[in-house]
This record gives sequence, C-alpha cells and structure tokens, in this order.
Amino acid sequence: MLEIRGLEAGYGLATVLRGVDLTVPSGRIVAVLGANGAGKTTLNMTISGLVRARAGTITFEGRRIDGLAPPAIAEAGLVHVPEGRKVFPNLSVRDNLELGAYRRARGTRARNMERVFDTFPRLKERIRQGAGTLSGGEQQMLAIGRGMMAEPRLLILDEPSLGLSPLLVEEMFALIRRLHAGGLAIMLVEQNVAQSLDIADDAHVLENGTFAIGGTAAQVRADPHLQRAYLGL
Amino acid sequence: MGLPPEIILEAVLNGLLTGAVYGLVALGLTLVYGVLHIINFAHGALLTMAMYAAYVAWASLGVDPYVAALPLAALFFGIGYLVQRLVIGPASRGKDENILLVTLGLSIIIENLMLAVFRSDTRSIDVPYAMDVIEAGPTLLSYPRVIGFVATIAVGVALYVLMRFTMTGKAIRAVAKERTGAALVGIDVAHVYAVTFGIGTACLAIAAAMLLPSFYVSPRVGNAFVLVAFTIVVLGGMGSVVGALVGGLVIGVVESLSGLFLGESLGQIGIFLIFILVLLVRPTGLFGARA
Ligand SMILES: Nc1ncnc2c1ncn2[C@@H]1O[C@H](COP(=O)(O)OP(=O)(O)OP(=O)(O)O)[C@@H](O)[C@H]1O
Ligand SMILES: [Mg+2]
Repeated sequence: MLEIRGLEAGYGLATVLRGVDLTVPSGRIVAVLGANGAGKTTLNMTISGLVRARAGTITFEGRRIDGLAPPAIAEAGLVHVPEGRKVFPNLSVRDNLELGAYRRARGTRARNMERVFDTFPRLKERIRQGAGTLSGGEQQMLAIGRGMMAEPRLLILDEPSLGLSPLLVEEMFALIRRLHAGGLAIMLVEQNVAQSLDIADDAHVLENGTFAIGGTAAQVRADPHLQRAYLGL
Repeated sequence: MGLPPEIILEAVLNGLLTGAVYGLVALGLTLVYGVLHIINFAHGALLTMAMYAAYVAWASLGVDPYVAALPLAALFFGIGYLVQRLVIGPASRGKDENILLVTLGLSIIIENLMLAVFRSDTRSIDVPYAMDVIEAGPTLLSYPRVIGFVATIAVGVALYVLMRFTMTGKAIRAVAKERTGAALVGIDVAHVYAVTFGIGTACLAIAAAMLLPSFYVSPRVGNAFVLVAFTIVVLGGMGSVVGALVGGLVIGVVESLSGLFLGESLGQIGIFLIFILVLLVRPTGLFGARA
C-alpha cells in the first residue's frame, strides 16, 4: 500500500533520513520505533509532503506521491495525525472535525462525525468548546477524530499516546486495535516500544537515518540489540 | 468648555461615521496580519490604487462610487489574490523579513505608477450628494459618511458570516493558528493566504469607494489613512477583526473630538497620543490575545 525506497530528507544542511526503505502492506499495523531525534517525525512529514524528499521514491497505492503537495496526498487518503496534535485551537471541536473532511469524505461528514462521537463520547460533550481549551488527552482524541473524518486508507499516527495517563494509553492502544480490526492500515510511531510491538504486525527501528532492524513484530522483539537499547532487557 | 452639547454630540456621531471607514481600512490590515502574520506595507498604496480606480470609474465611465463599490471589491479581490500568489508568496520564500521588504517594494512601485499615470495633482469627484446631510434629531449627519458607516457594518457582518459559517472561513481561521495541521487536513495554505490577502484588498476597494465622495485623491493619499489604520490595529489588537471595527470607531471619535477642542489641524494628535498610550498600557490592544 505504501512503498518507500531509498528516501533521503533533512533540513537545510542537515540530513536526517539517509536511505529509508519501508513497506506498509494494506490492512496491517506497522510500528516505527527509534530513539528521540532519530527522524521518525521527519519521515512522517516527508511522506505527507511537508518536508521535501531529496532522493528516493514514495509510492502510495501504486502512485508516486513524493513531490506532491500535502493537500494532494491527504486527498489520496493518506491521513497523518501529527505529533503534538496540531488541532485548531481557535476553532470548536465540531469545526475541527468538519475540517478533517475538508479534502475527502465531505458527503459522509455527518455520519463520520457520529462515528467519531461514538468512539470519543467526551468530544461530543464538548462539541462547542474551543479546541485550545481541551485537555491534552482530549486534544489527542480530537486529532485522531479529525483524521478519521477523512476516511483514511492509511493512517499515520505520530506518538498518539504522548502525554496521556497510563489508563488513557491503554485506551489509545485499544482504539488503534479497533481501527485496525476495521481493515485500516496504520503506521504507528511510538515511544511505548513494548505495547507497540504487542499490537503491530511489523516493526522497524530507525537509527542513524536508516532502518537498522526490521521484520515482523515478533522478530524485532527477539532482536538482542533492540532488547538492550529499547526494552532494557 | 462652553460648547453646546449638540455640537459635541454631532462631533461624536460624525466621528463614529468616519471611524467606521477607518475601521474598514484597518480590517484588511489586521486580517492579513492575523492569518499571514505579516504587516503589509503595500496596504496604503493599494488603497491609493483603489481610490484612483473609483475615480476613473466616475471620471471616465460616469459610474457612481457607491455603484462601483461591489465590482471594485471583486476586481481588487482578484488583484490582491494574484499579488499574494504570484509576487509576495514566491518572493518571500516563507521568511517574514523578506515579506516586509517585498511589500515595501511593492508599495513604492504602485505609488510611482500612480504618479506616472495621474501626476501629482490632487483630484476629487463632484457628486451631487457630497454635501448632503441627514437630520438625526438635533444633529446633522453627512450623507456620504452615513453611507460609509452602513457599508462598513455590511462588510463586517459579511466577514463574520464568512469566517464563522463557511468552509472557506473556517479554513482561513485554521491556517491562521495552525498551518501544519491545516496542510495535513488538505487545506492549500498558499491558496488560503492569497484568498485572505484578496479579502483584505477587497475591503480597501470598498473603503476607497466610500471615501471618494468626500476626500481628495493623490498618489500618496493611502498612507495617511494607513497610518491611522495602524493605530486602530494596535488599539484593537493585532489580528482582531472586531478590534479593527471597534478601534476604528474609537479613533474616529477621538479624531473628531480633538479636532473640535484643539482645532482641525490638531485632530490627529489625539490619535497618536492614543497610539502611544496603548503601547504603554495595553500592548495587546483591546481585543488582542496575549502573545
Ligand atoms: N524543522 C526542523 N529544522 C531543523 N531540524 C529539525 C527540524 N525538525 C527536526 N529537526 C531535527 O531532525 C532530527 C530528527 O527529528 P525528528 O523530529 O524527526 O525526530 P523523532 O524521531 O520524531 O524524535 P522524537 O522521538 O523526539 O519525536 C532531529 O535532530 C531534529 O533536531
Ligand atoms: Mg517525533
């Protein structure tokens, strides 16, 4: 579904991604792991067209998308829930969700909003509230809900559990499982390595700008290097 | 002061009426600031250009400025859109200090263009209603100013509806505060910038049509209004649309009253005292958010 080959990207003189290869098959959860500053967010931004790819190719459902602008990529159904939520603080919960369907799924907006409210009843209670005054956890729900409004074909989640209480983290992983059970392909960037490996089909570890370790989640979990560096085993 | 209350009341009312059109000029400035986070130094030159356009519509085509207001707004929306999309956006490459220089350069080009075409003499139009007054109780209100006030309120309401209830307006507000999030939901940020700039320029066109019956046009006339508009934007709060309108009214009254008490030529002193006072006491303005 998503095929990345030899991807290079960075900022100014700094190169962050130095030849990244990654495949996200349809209907699978692929976990992307890596230390702080490894380039996970940069990878997501490059896939979404916000950071320009300097070399390599990104193919989504058979079509080259590297070089496309973010709106075109969103329109193709590649929906990215960014690190740090990036909700519209000056707009209400409802308006945030409506804008989730700005480029896609406008016709089914009402139905999808009901779906989001079924998933996150808290958002329904706060439908008129400004997103900027929501709690961190509520903002994270809103960011995911906004992504769901676009009826994604592939959902990129960048640290969805960041800043959530342990209970909410559990809920978040349960939600990701549910979304996946509905057939959605998910690329999951997470700090919670153990939990991510539990729900992922495949996993890849980003180090020095390339994927050093990769394979099925079970293979990656068994990797001695990963166990030492990330699981503290 | 021994001035009769009707005179003061009339000064206040006329101040409100004039201030509304000032607010309209400030509206474009504050909108562009609020969304693009730039101060558009070409605002005054674009106002001058719009006033000349309204002048030409009258002098060459015989079209009344009030009739020309909406077509001019459409035309200047297009001009503003293209200027942002084709000149300011590409030339600035996302760096705010470049934008400052680009809009400054643009204003110099426009002013000199106006100077070349229209020479430096001041021009005015001679509409039959320029001196008409409307009786409101004990006071007399200038007809062109009443029309300008009504037009400003209409523009304010139209903008409010656009921003609150349409997808375009919501997209503009989204881009104003969260560009990355906006791009990720598929909003074309460059397009939204250009639309916003176009709306700001369209406000200028309407303001120009409202000003023309009672003001002279010269190649630099816009700057005088924009100086006042800057004060209004600072008073109302940078980026606040309501602030621009309310600030415009306040400044109009201040100008009118200080003109009344200090003499016509000192009318603007009150405005700049307010400017300095706001900067000292409440730098975020009346409706501005804290940094
Ligand atoms: N806009 C930017 N300009 C310059 N350098 C940047 C920019 N964004 C990120 N970087 C740098 O790129 C490198 C990778 O950052 P990135 O945000 O992709 O890491 P990450 O893997 O997502 O980290 P984390 O787990 O902390 O979120 C870092 O060294 C960072 O400092
Ligand atoms: Mg990151």
